[in-house]
Amino acid sequence: MRQNFIAQLEELNQDVIKMGSILELSTNEMIVALDSFDTKMANEIIDRDDEIDLLEQQIERECINIIAKQQPLASDLRKITSIMKIITDIERIADQCADISEYILKLAAMPKVKAPVHLPDMIEAMKVMVIDTIDSFVESDLEKARKVMDADDVVDAYFTKITGALIEMIQEDSKTAPQGVCYLMIVKYLERMADHATNIAEWNRFSLTGDLTLG
Amino acid sequence: MNDITKFSVSDLNLFYGSFQALKNINMDIYKGKITAFIGPSGCGKSTFLKTINRMNDLIEGVTINGTVTLDGVDIYKEMDAISLRTRVGMVFQQPNPFPMSIYDNVAYGPRIHGIRKKSTLDEIVEKSLRQAAIWDEVKDKLKKSAQAISGGQQQRICIARTLAIEPEVILMDEPTSALDPISTLKIEDLASELKKDYTIIIVTHNMQQAGRISDKTAFFLTGEVIEYGDTEQIFNKPSNKKTEDYITGRFG
Ligand SMILES: Nc1ncnc2c1ncn2[C@@H]1O[C@H](COP(=O)(O)OP(=O)(O)OP(=O)(O)O)[C@@H](O)[C@H]1O
Ligand SMILES: [Mg+2]
Repeated sequence: MRQNFIAQLEELNQDVIKMGSILELSTNEMIVALDSFDTKMANEIIDRDDEIDLLEQQIERECINIIAKQQPLASDLRKITSIMKIITDIERIADQCADISEYILKLAAMPKVKAPVHLPDMIEAMKVMVIDTIDSFVESDLEKARKVMDADDVVDAYFTKITGALIEMIQEDSKTAPQGVCYLMIVKYLERMADHATNIAEWNRFSLTGDLTLG
Repeated sequence: MNDITKFSVSDLNLFYGSFQALKNINMDIYKGKITAFIGPSGCGKSTFLKTINRMNDLIEGVTINGTVTLDGVDIYKEMDAISLRTRVGMVFQQPNPFPMSIYDNVAYGPRIHGIRKKSTLDEIVEKSLRQAAIWDEVKDKLKKSAQAISGGQQQRICIARTLAIEPEVILMDEPTSALDPISTLKIEDLASELKKDYTIIIVTHNMQQAGRISDKTAFFLTGEVIEYGDTEQIFNKPSNKKTEDYITGRFG
């Protein structure tokens, strides 16, 4: 048995799990901050982004080191190469939490308009995808990965619906345009977050099965 | 492109006395390909190589059943061992240079095949030694005994000796285990170059080597072939759990 190697793999796994749990925290807080225009929380999310960036770099280095020194093969190689892809997507999702937080700060400083009706549904769908995709990695759960891939269409449908609603709002009252544009940016970021969650699910599937068909 | 079968092995069993070293091997080895045999020590890789070169005939107490064909011809029933071995050359796990000069070692095979002309022999010797990545090291001491050089150099002399007879198939039993990384890569390059005209089987304990050079990989375990397939598949996604455990180092 390659005890040392297996210990290195486990450490790597733990670091990805850590990155995933920070992402879950930011995602959850972003949702609360958006709902209540909590500027303090939004700023915390923006600050936390550096932590995720550092973890990403650290994990990247670990992966390169393992490849160079241990020359992993088969399931080990799939795991490490997929981790290198997955952490990029986690980092992107965290970025988008921060980007949304910037718009929360903007919205907080403007007169309130009615938030799009389906926004909570879209947020919920995206959140489940992010949590499931991290879980599918942590638990090596192929079913959860498949569930995430299937859910992407739902989020896309909300995106179309909400954009339509925002256009109507702006057409009815052009004074709501600044807030409308902020919400438009936010739903675009939400839609991208779901895309990245899907990418992670696809890499999880690759790691578990060797199937490399990417959507 | 359709794969052409060079060796076809069916229901092959081999016993050393009452000990069964090969168990019901069924396998086609394809022409123009490099096939790697991997597996833990004592699993029967060398035994299998010797069997398809009829080196086991000489060992007392060996029982072989099943069939091995080369280009469709049964090597045990329809061919004599000598003509088989001019078509199927072998580089052994232990370097075994003959007790003669470097030059004579390499010229040995061609001379047996009746080549006498000095200039032709010179050409063959130089070409073979160059291919085996050892020409520069020995070109000034060709008259020196092939047994009075380093182990890694002896190994390459043996490779040159095999190349000199231009066999159709080259069996290599851990040809680079005693070589430094540079010579190893040269031998690997040579193998990749040779596969245009030759069929190559290489036994290696170095997974990366098998991954680097082979088209097909067979995993042996306690006398059985557990998995045999495209190297890319075996190294990315082996279908047998035992293969997976072995190549990821989780074995035993
Ligand atoms: N001449 C022999 N007489 C009896 N048993 C033998 C003989 N040669 C090999 N064996 C046995 O047959 C089995 C296969 O041996 P073989 O040399 O083929 O293994 P291998 O896979 O080449 O191992 P390695 O990687 O160490 O070279 C082993 O258990 C070995 O002990
Ligand atoms: Mg051997």
